[in-house]
Amino acid sequence: MTDLTMIWALILAFAVFVYVVLDGFDLGIGILYPFFPEKKDRDIMMNSVAPVWDGNETWLVLGGGGLFAAFPLAYSIILPALYPPIIAMLLALIFRGVAFEFRWRAETAIGRKAWDGAFIAGSVVAAFAQGIALGALLQGIEVEGRAYAGGWWDWLTPFTVLSGVAVVAGYGFLGACWLNLKLEGEVQAHVRRRARAFGIATVAGIVAVSLATPFLEPVYFSRWFGWPEILWVSPVPVAVALLTLGLGWSLVTDGRDWLPFVLALALFGLCFVGLGVSMWPYVIPPSVTLAEAAAPESSQMFMLVGAAVLIPIILAYTAYAYWVFRGKMDPEEGYH
Amino acid sequence: METFLGMDAVLLARIQFAFTVAFHFIFPAFSIGLASYLAVLNGLWLWTKDEVYLRLFRFWVKIFAISFAMGVVSGIVMSYQFGTNWSVFSDRTGPVLGPLMAYEVLTAFFLEAGFLGIMLFGRSRVGPGLHMFATAMVAVGTAISATWILSVNSWMHTPQGYSINDVGQFVPEDWWAIVFNPSFPYRLAHTLTAAYLTTAFIVGGVGAWHLLRGRSRNPAVRTMVSMALWMIAVTAPLQIVLGHEHGLNTYEYQPTKVLAMEGHFESHEDGIPLILFGIPDQEAGVMRYEVSIPRIGGPILEKGWDAQMDGLDTVPDELEPPVGIVFFAFRIMVGIGFLMLGLGLWGLWARWRGHLYEARWLHRAQVLMAPSGLVAVIAGWITTEVGRQPYVVYGEMLTAEAASPLGAQAVAASLVAFVVIYFLVFGAGVLYILKLMSHEPKPDEKGESAEPGPIRTAGTTPAQQTRKVQGA
Ligand code: HDD
Ligand code: HEM
Ligand code: HEM
Repeated sequence: MTDLTMIWALILAFAVFVYVVLDGFDLGIGILYPFFPEKKDRDIMMNSVAPVWDGNETWLVLGGGGLFAAFPLAYSIILPALYPPIIAMLLALIFRGVAFEFRWRAETAIGRKAWDGAFIAGSVVAAFAQGIALGALLQGIEVEGRAYAGGWWDWLTPFTVLSGVAVVAGYGFLGACWLNLKLEGEVQAHVRRRARAFGIATVAGIVAVSLATPFLEPVYFSRWFGWPEILWVSPVPVAVALLTLGLGWSLVTDGRDWLPFVLALALFGLCFVGLGVSMWPYVIPPSVTLAEAAAPESSQMFMLVGAAVLIPIILAYTAYAYWVFRGKMDPEEGYH
Repeated sequence: METFLGMDAVLLARIQFAFTVAFHFIFPAFSIGLASYLAVLNGLWLWTKDEVYLRLFRFWVKIFAISFAMGVVSGIVMSYQFGTNWSVFSDRTGPVLGPLMAYEVLTAFFLEAGFLGIMLFGRSRVGPGLHMFATAMVAVGTAISATWILSVNSWMHTPQGYSINDVGQFVPEDWWAIVFNPSFPYRLAHTLTAAYLTTAFIVGGVGAWHLLRGRSRNPAVRTMVSMALWMIAVTAPLQIVLGHEHGLNTYEYQPTKVLAMEGHFESHEDGIPLILFGIPDQEAGVMRYEVSIPRIGGPILEKGWDAQMDGLDTVPDELEPPVGIVFFAFRIMVGIGFLMLGLGLWGLWARWRGHLYEARWLHRAQVLMAPSGLVAVIAGWITTEVGRQPYVVYGEMLTAEAASPLGAQAVAASLVAFVVIYFLVFGAGVLYILKLMSHEPKPDEKGESAEPGPIRTAGTTPAQQTRKVQGA
C-alpha cells in the first residue's frame, strides 16, 4: 500500500470519528427527548445544539464524499449493499434536520408535538441505521468483480441489529453527557440519571459487539486472540474497562461537569481503535483492501494538498463556533 | 428484466435522481441569492445605522434559516445518491469527480455550516464586526459550493483532462483542464445569475404583495421592492446575454442538444429558420404545427444569413435525446427570461415616472412572477440534463451503463418514499416560509434569536444584554 493510501485511510477514519462523536451527541438529544416530555426542557435541549448541528452533520458529507473521492470502488460497493439502511438514514436525517427550524414555526401544540415526534423518530432511526450499516460492513459484504453480489437482506442479521441498538444507546449516552455539561439544576439532575442508564446500556452494547466480532471472520479472531497479536491489542479492552470505571465515578460524584463528556469521547475513541484493529487492511471485509479500492495517485495527491491546508482551518473555526456558544444554557433567555 | 409498473431499474433511478436534485436545487437557487442579500442588508445596517435594514435582515433571516435547512438535508441525499443508485458511475468517475466534491465539502459546506450558527444566533455574543464576517462567510460559502458542484456537472457535459485505465476508470491527468472544462464558466455565470434573479423575484414579490395590502407606508416594504427591482433591471438582461453565450458554447460541444432545444429535425442547406413553436414528433422526425421565422436562426448562432446546418436527421436515433422535453423546457426558460426583462423595464419606467410604490398592476405582475425564477431554473436544468442524454459523461459513458445493480423494486420503493416524504416535509417548510412572508416586517421584528425562534445559550454579561436590546 502506498503512503498516500495510508494517509487517506487515516483522514477518512478521522472524519468518520469526528462525525460519530459530534453528530452522535446531537442525535443523542433526539434519542433522549422521550424522557423529557416538558416543553421547556425540550426547548433548552434543542437550543443547546442548534448553533452547531449543521457543522456536525457536515462531517458525514466529508465521510461520504471522501470515500467517493479516495476509495471510489468502496463507495460504489458499500452503498448499494447497504441500500435500505442508507436510504432510511437519509430520510431520517431529513426529519431530524428540519425539526430544528420547523418546531419553532409550528403555531399549535399539535404541530409542535408532531415535529418533536419527527425529531425523535429521525434521530433514533438515523442512529439505528448507522449502527446497522456499521454491523453489516463488519460482518462482511459479498463482492464479485467490481460490484456488490449479495442479496437484498444481507444487512439484516442479529449481529447488525445488535450493533444498531448499541449505537442508539451510545449516541443517547453522548447526548446525556453533553447536556450534563450544558444544563443546570433539576433538569441536569434528571440528565445525569439518564446518563447512568444509557452509560450502562452503552458499555453492555460495546461488550456484546466486541465479543461477537471475533467470531464473524477468522481474520478478526486471529487479530484479537492470535499470538503475538494479543499482546498489542489487549490494552484496548483493559482501557475500556478503566474508562468505564472512571465514567461511573464521574457520574455519581458532583462537580466537573465536563468530565463525563470527555471520558465518553475517549470511550468512543477506543471503540474506534478496536474497529480499526479488526478491519485493517480491508475497507470492505473480507473482500476489498484499502489498496485495491484506492483512487489513482493523481486524485489522492490533488486532494491531499487541499485537505492538509483546509482541515486545520476547519477545525479552528469549528472550535471557535463552539467557543462562542460555550457555557451553561440560560433557561430564562429562552422563554420571554 | 425485472420491472416496476413497466419501468426498469435504470429509468426509476433516473426519475429518482431528477426528482431529488430538482427538489434540492429549489432551495440553493433561493438561498444562494438570499445569503448575499442578507450580507448586503447587514452591511447597509452597520454602515448607515438605518433601522430599516436591520428590520429587513431580521425578516429575511428567519426565512433563510428554513430554506437553508431544507437545502442541507436534501443535499445530503444527493451526495449519497451517486453511490446508492449510480454505483458504476461512481466507481468510474470517482477519481475525477470525487476530489472536486471533496473540495466542495472542505471549502464550502464547512464554511457555511460553521458560520451559520454565529450568523443566526451569535449577534449579541460576538459583536457586530464578527457577526458581519460570519454573515459574509455564509454568503461566500454558498457561492463556492455552486462553483465546485457546477464544475463537476460541467465536466460531465464537456469532459477533458483525463485518461481511462484498464478497469475503465477515468484517471485525472490535468486538473486545471478538468476544473476549468469548456462549459464550466458559462454554466457558473448563468446559474449564479439565475440564483440572484430567483431571489430578487421572490423578495420583490413579497414586497409587492405587502404594497397591495396597503402597507406602502412601511419603509421596509418599500425598500425591499426597490432593491429587488434594481437587481432585476440589472440581472435580467445580463442573464439573456449569458444564456445566449452559454448556448453558443453548447452548440460547439454538444450540438445535438442544441438541435433538440431548437427543434431542428431537418438539415438546412440555405439559411437556418428560428422555430418559435411547434409540436415535435420524434418518431416521425418532424415538427408539427411549426411556427418559424426563416433565416434568422443563422445570425443567432453567430453564423451567416445563409448558413447551413446538419439536423437531427444526421444523428443516429439511439444518440438523440428526448426532443419534446428539451424543446419545451427550453422555451419555458427563455420565455420566462424575456418576461423577466419586461418586468425589469417596467420597474425602471415606474421609478422614472415616480410611482413605483403606487403602480398596482406592476405589483400584481411582481406577485404573479414571484416564483418564476424557480420555474426557470428547473426548466433550465431539464434542458441541460435531458439534452445530454443518452450520455451521462458526454461521449464517453451512457446513462444506461452507469446505474447500480439494483432491482427495480428496491429503487421503486425508495422513490416512493422520497416522493411522499419530500412533499410532506418540504411542503410544510414552504408553508412556514409563506406564513413568515405574509407578516409585515415590523420595527420590533425579531431575529432568529428571540421567541418564537430558537434561543441560544445566554448572553452572559450585562454588556452583551444591553447591546442586544439596542439591536446591535
Ligand atoms: C448551483 C448550486 C448547487 C447545485 C447545482 C447543487 N447544490 Fe447542493 N447545495 C448548494 C448549492 C448547489 C448550497 C447553496 O451550497 C446548499 C444549498 C442550501 C445549503 O444549505 O447549501 C447546498 C447543500 C448541499 C449539501 C449539504 C451541505 C451541508 O451539509 O451543509 C450537500 C451534501 C449537497 N448540497 C450536495 C449536492 C450534490 C451532490 C449536488 C448534485 C447532484 C448538488 N448539491 C447540487
Ligand atoms: C441542481 C440542479 C440539477 C437539476 C435540476 C438536474 C436535473 C436533472 C434531470 C431532470 C435529469 C434527468 C435526465 C433524464 O433522465 O433524462 C438529470 C440527470 C442527471 N444529472 Fe442532473 N440536474 C442538476 C444538477 C446536476 C448536478 C450538479 C449533477 C452532478 C453533480 C448532476 C448529475 C446528473 C446525473 C449523473 C444524471 C444522470 C442520471 C439521469 O440521467 O437521470 N445533475 N439531472
Ligand atoms: C432568454 C434568456 C435565456 C437563454 C437564451 C438561456 C439559455 C440557456 C441555455 C442554452 C442553457 C443550456 C446550456 C446547456 O445545456 O449546455 C441554459 C441552461 C440553464 N438556464 Fe438558461 N437561458 C435563459 C434564461 C434563463 C433564466 C431567466 C434562468 C433562471 C432564472 C435560467 C436558468 C438556467 C439554468 C439553471 C440552466 C441549467 C444550468 C446550465 O446549464 O447553465 N436561464 N440556459
